[in-house]
Amino acid sequence: MSQYILRRLMIALPSLLGISLVLFVVLALAPGDPFSELATNPNVPPEVQAALRAKFGLDDPIYIRYLHWLAAMAQGDWGFSFVSRMNVDTLILQRLPATLYVIGSAQLLALLIAIPVGVYAATRPYSLFDQLANTFAFIGFSLPTFFTGILFILVFSVKLDWLPFVYTDVPGSGIKWALEMIRQAIMPVMVLGLFQAASLTRFVRSAMLDVIRLDYVTTARAKGLGQANVIVKHVMRNAMIPVVTLIALQMPAVFGGAIVTEQIFRIPGIGSLLISSILANDTPVIMAVTFVFACLVVLFNLIADVLYGWLDPRISFR
Amino acid sequence: MAGLTLASPSAERRGYSPWRETWRRYRRHRPAVISAVLLLLLIAAVVIGPFVWRVSISDIDVVAGLQGPSLAHPFGTDDLGQDLLARMIYGGRISLAVGLAAMLVSVFVGTLIGALAGMSRGALGYILMWVTDLFLSLPQLPLLLLLIYLFRDGLKAVFGPEGGIFILIVLVIGGLRWMPVARLVRAQFLSLREKEFVEAARALGASPTRQVIRHILPNALGPVIIAGTIDVAAAIIAESTLSFLGLGFPPDTPTWGRILYDAKDFLDIGPHWALFPGGAIFIAVVAINFIGDGLRDALDARKVI
Repeated sequence: MSQYILRRLMIALPSLLGISLVLFVVLALAPGDPFSELATNPNVPPEVQAALRAKFGLDDPIYIRYLHWLAAMAQGDWGFSFVSRMNVDTLILQRLPATLYVIGSAQLLALLIAIPVGVYAATRPYSLFDQLANTFAFIGFSLPTFFTGILFILVFSVKLDWLPFVYTDVPGSGIKWALEMIRQAIMPVMVLGLFQAASLTRFVRSAMLDVIRLDYVTTARAKGLGQANVIVKHVMRNAMIPVVTLIALQMPAVFGGAIVTEQIFRIPGIGSLLISSILANDTPVIMAVTFVFACLVVLFNLIADVLYGWLDPRISFR
Repeated sequence: MAGLTLASPSAERRGYSPWRETWRRYRRHRPAVISAVLLLLLIAAVVIGPFVWRVSISDIDVVAGLQGPSLAHPFGTDDLGQDLLARMIYGGRISLAVGLAAMLVSVFVGTLIGALAGMSRGALGYILMWVTDLFLSLPQLPLLLLLIYLFRDGLKAVFGPEGGIFILIVLVIGGLRWMPVARLVRAQFLSLREKEFVEAARALGASPTRQVIRHILPNALGPVIIAGTIDVAAAIIAESTLSFLGLGFPPDTPTWGRILYDAKDFLDIGPHWALFPGGAIFIAVVAINFIGDGLRDALDARKVI
């Protein structure tokens, strides 16, 4: 097993390098210079500009610049945000918990909805329940998160006035504060979680249907095991293997949804940080946040691979 | 659908063609048929709309601002009193055009890469698939935003504000969505290239290009068509998302996502402003997804209907 994890790590590292290369090439190919504000600012004398360019190595050949940038990123030197006037890594570390909290709860909610619904629908294929679940799942993943977010605000904040639609990050303590924190997270988590649940339900259902017809399931039934026992212990365990991979493959879409959700509900996470830095032309922050998202995607792929090896031991021996 | 059963069994056998068979299977999927009609209506509305509804998209009438639906303004007005129906028709043209164009880009790139990877017996196939997997693990939306941010001004200078952003959005969305198509095409090619009819063509001296274009590609089209259909919906969502984040088309270009972006701060006093564009995006996307679902049933020859 540990050998398998090591092998997976050896695969994850090159893809991280590949992603960093793509990001860097994009930045290098882009017209304009990250220092264009300095270049057009008449108050900055040309010698200072030249010194800055030399200091940041902007006149070096591109592969040297890439290696410099990579080395700096690896050492945690992510640059300085011109807008927030602080180091990019501290800024991101400040914002990351809110994002992970919302994404994590949303994933949890999605799994809590998708697994029971998908499993139940698969045990009764083409029944009324199955058709209803399918239709709702279909509508669910066709509804873009920005529209569900607006609909939720319209219904639960404007019309019913149950939930706040602006997320505030005031530090505090006590039960009242904790309840308030949960209350304000309900809508973003629901928006993201329901969207995820919709596609997951379909995955779970079809994975279950693939397994449920296999001979060993019939054998288990023939031995006289109860329905619940067969479904949970025999079918689900095997059906979850492809679902784990699909969850990992969905992660880029989840982060996309998180950016939109954070923007709608004004959650101070890294997604809204990305948008505000783009609007403010804060290049170091934009690069770093994009890279963090890429790292998170690779990390979740790695976790999925490890889980995959754990769920299906045959894979880790290959 | 009773009107479509005119053909007697013998006539149907005489006029048999793969396309007719596909249509016969597609018809069975009722939501897909309804969706196709709905989508055609939507397309007709945005294409013909401006000739029928001759209200300007930018006439400002602040007194009539934020009105709900009425006879003068069937979809109501926004905060500046601009007619929402006219703006939605105009924006619908762009949103649907972006979806179609981005789909064409992604299908073209995906088919090309998938075909190369599927035909190569050497290292090229592995390298291309590694690149495909790499692209699959890129965070799409952040990268989309990054690319738009970096290239926006350059293209604006060359093609004008609307044309530049259109080309950019289409290329970037299409360029980030080709991977599923490439994987499907490669899988199809790997199995098709070993089939007897391809071997026969090879034995008759067909060049690899001819084998691909005449024999393999037409047989691999089914999954590509399905993936392409779904891609239209995904591209419409991607464009709306960009516009909704305020980073897509410029403010005076009312795509559906952009209207929603402008409306989101007026939800309490003018909910109609957000509901119409949001509903339009939803209807377009659901309809396209259902059509994809129907095509999946219709084009999968293994499935007996």
